[in-house]
Amino acid sequence: MAWVNAIIQGVLTGGLYALFACGLSLMFGVMKVVNLAHGDLAVVAGYIAIGVITVTHIPTLWSFLIVVPVMAAIGYALQRTLIQASLDRGVLTTLIVTFGLSVVIENALLQFFTANSRGIGVGLPLVTESFSIGSGIQIAYLLVVIFAVAVVVLSGLQYFLSRSKYGRLIRAAADDQEAVQLSGADYRHVFGICAALAFGTVALGGIAYGMYSQLSPTTGTDTILLFAFAAVVIGGLGSLWGTLLGGVVLGVAQQIGAQVNISYELLAGYFVFLAVLVLRPQGLTYRRAQS
Amino acid sequence: MSTVTETPARPAAGFRVTRSQRNVAWTGIAALAVVVVMAMFPYFVYAGTTSVLVQAFIVLTMASMWNLLAGYAGLVSVGQQAFVGLGAYFVLILAINGISPFAALPVAAIGAGVVALPLWWLVSRLRSGYFAIATWVLAATIMLIIERFSSIGGGTGMPLPGFAGFDPTLLTAYTYWAGLAVTVITLLVIYLILRGRLGLVLTAIRDDEVAARSSGARVGWARMLVFLVAGAGCGAAGGVLAISQLQVQPSAVFSVQWTAEMGFATIIGGLGTIEGPILGTAVYMVLQQTLATYNAWYLIILGLVAIVIALFARRGLWGLVDSRLNVRLFPVGFWLRLDGEANGRRSRTPRQRRPAKHGA
Repeated sequence: MAWVNAIIQGVLTGGLYALFACGLSLMFGVMKVVNLAHGDLAVVAGYIAIGVITVTHIPTLWSFLIVVPVMAAIGYALQRTLIQASLDRGVLTTLIVTFGLSVVIENALLQFFTANSRGIGVGLPLVTESFSIGSGIQIAYLLVVIFAVAVVVLSGLQYFLSRSKYGRLIRAAADDQEAVQLSGADYRHVFGICAALAFGTVALGGIAYGMYSQLSPTTGTDTILLFAFAAVVIGGLGSLWGTLLGGVVLGVAQQIGAQVNISYELLAGYFVFLAVLVLRPQGLTYRRAQS
Repeated sequence: MSTVTETPARPAAGFRVTRSQRNVAWTGIAALAVVVVMAMFPYFVYAGTTSVLVQAFIVLTMASMWNLLAGYAGLVSVGQQAFVGLGAYFVLILAINGISPFAALPVAAIGAGVVALPLWWLVSRLRSGYFAIATWVLAATIMLIIERFSSIGGGTGMPLPGFAGFDPTLLTAYTYWAGLAVTVITLLVIYLILRGRLGLVLTAIRDDEVAARSSGARVGWARMLVFLVAGAGCGAAGGVLAISQLQVQPSAVFSVQWTAEMGFATIIGGLGTIEGPILGTAVYMVLQQTLATYNAWYLIILGLVAIVIALFARRGLWGLVDSRLNVRLFPVGFWLRLDGEANGRRSRTPRQRRPAKHGA
């Protein structure tokens, strides 16, 4: 029963990891940007949520109504300035600039908000309570909600990219910037919108992690970025549904590892990542990279 | 590329190909003099100064290696702390078994280089950005594995044994010399690599990877060698780090902060030149020493400066110096000199968007 429980918990935390991963995957798929500051921006979103909740006293769950647009605006602005400027100068510069951004954000958070970890919505019934199936399986309401949010976000993104008019424009810009520019659409603006979408998911990921666990300045790199990346690689680069599968595989591996010995939790996840890298470097769900 | 040979002079053809505009012997003698003077530092400066210099040696060694990776081979690794940590742990393991930590340094370097081989096999499957995060994941994984072994300190680390009989003053001096030796060997190895065949391939990759591939340069092979050398160099730096701190703590030696420091020092100094990391390390040390009392501020400022330089002065501070004065401390390129021309022209244009030079 403990093993069934571990698998169920793993699948549900996989939703959280997919939420981390889809922004990374989206930005790579469209702009070919690997945003090394991805995790730190999620932490920033979580801190903004904490600030918004303390100042305005809105219900914790509704804080995303403010945080997501704010992060989307930050995403658009960052893409149009820093990231676009570095893209124009090549892949190397993009990596250096986003890595610099990551270090600056992390240390600025340390400097201004100390190394203390903070949670979001501590003590809320949604965060603390759970229901049980049979004996020995306890499922937290929060994880179910996060998983549902991840599925909604991923299917929304998938639908938007493959069916809507603007999604078609984004896919076109991903394929050929110059051709899009010639057809009368500013690819920089398209990239900006895409970054705004990605940062919106980053905001959701940051809030979700703050409720699920605790946020501290270093959470962004040593947890969120690395888990997001592992999920992307396991699932297959550039595939949105792949990131959900990748997140679930990572989550299950971690929970099974934790079941064996609590200190194996992270190692088990990374070993699965390395195994996929060795045996199936194109990811579990390889198709021709789609936007 | 292959038509340019080492032949120093071919006067009949009306031009000469040389390594340097000035006599290389003088730069060599000057470098030797600097090393000799620095080696004598422990006799006439305070221990505080030498310990700051040891820190500078560690950063310079790591930055030079990162420069070889990012500046020449086009590999942005964010996981070099894996090798720093491995080097520190190799020294610790040997010290536990009764070998002097100083004697363990070469072993640490070679050990880290050997470990780099299977790691390269793993990460070389991924390109640019994903390569960067994959190295980071590897560093995190290696730290988690090492934390499992309680005999070498587990998750909390342990003090470095083997210093029981040492006089503190002597220990400081030995640490300083070890750091100096590692740095000098690092710079020498990089200089020799860049002057040799591998250097030609690397410079070609730096300037234009596609052109290098199409000219038959073995890009993958060159990259692997660079990854191994960089692993060994960062391992040696990690060993010096362990000796200078007298203890090894997993979260400290495997911190991504090392990669931030080596990367920023390189970018600020100038990617793709040997001189860049030296200048960058000097800037880094000045910033770090002046802002030491303001906690994390030096990394914030360093990061911002690195971002600005990466965007607006791609060749870094050394690039600015070079474009004014046109000097090389370490001549690794070739110069094409036409007869009767005083200043000469470079046989290979180093960068596409090179600003107009004064007096050339």
